Amino acid sequence: MSRHTKKRIFNIIIMLFTGICAILFLMPTVLTIANSFMTSNEITANYGAMIGNMTDSKKVFISENVNLKFIPDKVTLDQYSSVLLKSPDYLIKFWNSVILTVPITVFQILLAILTAYGFSRYPNKFKSIIFFAYLILMIMPYQVTLVPNFLVADFIKDNVGAMFASEPEKMPKFISNMRWAVILPGIFSPFSIFLLTKVMKRIPISYVEAAKLDGANELQILTKIHMPLCKGAIVSIAMLVFIDYWNMVEQPLVLMKDTDLHPLSVFLSQINTGDIGLAFAVGTVYMVPTILMFLYGEDYLVEGITYSGGIKG
Amino acid sequence: MKKTNSQCGRRGERIFSNLCVLPSLLGVLIFFLIPFCIVIYYSLINNPISAQFVGLENFKRLFQSTAFKSASINTSTFSLISVPLVLVISLWLATLLERNIPYKSVIRTFFLSPIMVPTASVVLVWQVLFHNHGTINQILEMFGVQSIDWMKSSHGQLIIIAMFLWKNIGYNMILFMAALAAVPRDILEVAELEGAGRIYQFFHIKLRYLSPTILFVLILSLINSFKIFREVYLLTGDHPYDKMYMLQHFMNNTFNSLDYQKLSAAAVLFSLVMIVIIAALLIAEEIFGKDVES
Repeated sequence: MSRHTKKRIFNIIIMLFTGICAILFLMPTVLTIANSFMTSNEITANYGAMIGNMTDSKKVFISENVNLKFIPDKVTLDQYSSVLLKSPDYLIKFWNSVILTVPITVFQILLAILTAYGFSRYPNKFKSIIFFAYLILMIMPYQVTLVPNFLVADFIKDNVGAMFASEPEKMPKFISNMRWAVILPGIFSPFSIFLLTKVMKRIPISYVEAAKLDGANELQILTKIHMPLCKGAIVSIAMLVFIDYWNMVEQPLVLMKDTDLHPLSVFLSQINTGDIGLAFAVGTVYMVPTILMFLYGEDYLVEGITYSGGIKG
Repeated sequence: MKKTNSQCGRRGERIFSNLCVLPSLLGVLIFFLIPFCIVIYYSLINNPISAQFVGLENFKRLFQSTAFKSASINTSTFSLISVPLVLVISLWLATLLERNIPYKSVIRTFFLSPIMVPTASVVLVWQVLFHNHGTINQILEMFGVQSIDWMKSSHGQLIIIAMFLWKNIGYNMILFMAALAAVPRDILEVAELEGAGRIYQFFHIKLRYLSPTILFVLILSLINSFKIFREVYLLTGDHPYDKMYMLQHFMNNTFNSLDYQKLSAAAVLFSLVMIVIIAALLIAEEIFGKDVES
């Protein structure tokens, strides 16, 4: 066998191996979508054993084993019509997720563009100390940062509450619903600043000098040079931030007492015990925004952060 | 304001670049740094009303709590196992995909897909997989292996490690692939001419160029490993089996019981541990990062 054919066979073996692994990686997503087209009865029959006693009253067959099924017996859109039309609960929770995640992503990215620009131009000692503090803050887990966030939220709530002590119903809704307690710390979270500063620092200084010779001011350098050059990085960081907050569980659990306002990501943990027949459809609806984003931005995600350089400033 | 600053030469530009940092700095001060100082203060007093200084009393109380002990042991064993594991597997996959294999970009997309799928969406599939009468146990029984009650035994950690790997391998692999592509070709060609094998090339050349990326992936994975609470919470709710009781469960329960002193002590302690870890990472960067940065 020649060296060339040997190499080709070896490549095909590697393709088969990584291909099988890759299909396994895709499976949970595909299974969720496939199961969302089943009828409620079929789901109860397949997975009813998971929720135990509560289905006793219904006279449906429940398999003792819980088995993942790939292809529905009968394809219906029943689950979807229930989720989207009949029970508005899920759509409200979905909206709760949107109203928390979108402002955090948009403002965190805008702030990051401005701040990263500040960090990357004219570095000085003071800025590098701040940047270092951001690095530490970025690595700090929620288990640490939620405690200060909680104290601030509590402090603001108490003080605003005292202002409206005589007539609590007059308190503006956007304050009493505590959404800000999740949104504001999210906006100031330093994750995207850190990544974007790294990318902006690699922009050659000659580009900036050339723009200055042409009479560009600092604001124009930011919008005409830094932002276009960093477009890929900005898009991919925005996607990472969005999915992170779309997934959030810790912050609403701690900071928002009103469970009606919790995002769908928290609510989905309780759905399994209730409407198991709808859970797959709700899950599928919940992944639509992120999947669309992925299809649009995969190339940015792959090429956006060709990261090099260390972790320090 | 901004316009006049930028028009009066370098000094104005310096000021403008400093002003750019200001809004974010204010936010960080208000929402993180200043309240954290209050957290440190709270960790040293007996209660906010009489505010008596009690030294390390709160920390002592924390160490006596069995919930805190098992939560921190579970969280740290999870991170210690899963972070190195995700690093090695994703680097290995990246080297495999470096070859010129058919359908490479499709395979890459499949691996990357979990990062864009909300855990909450697919959590039911995981529950079915690992249920007592679930798919994995049925496969095990087919091979005559004793089935395992995954969720309610010490094997629970395996589920969350599997979920962590599933979610994080893809993006880490992408970062490694980008770094591998950036290794200078001429050096590799010279090495090949000199008779260096693939394995030698990997350990003696590529790994050195990869070291900044390895450090970065390490930090990302560490950050993500502390977010595993989400998966555990979605799988098992507020009160999981002992081995899946994570630090965030402990924090949530302490929040609910309004024991601010204990909470503050836990946050301070945890942040100290994190600072030690970060310091170790920075020292590692000093040692390994230097020789390749041009």
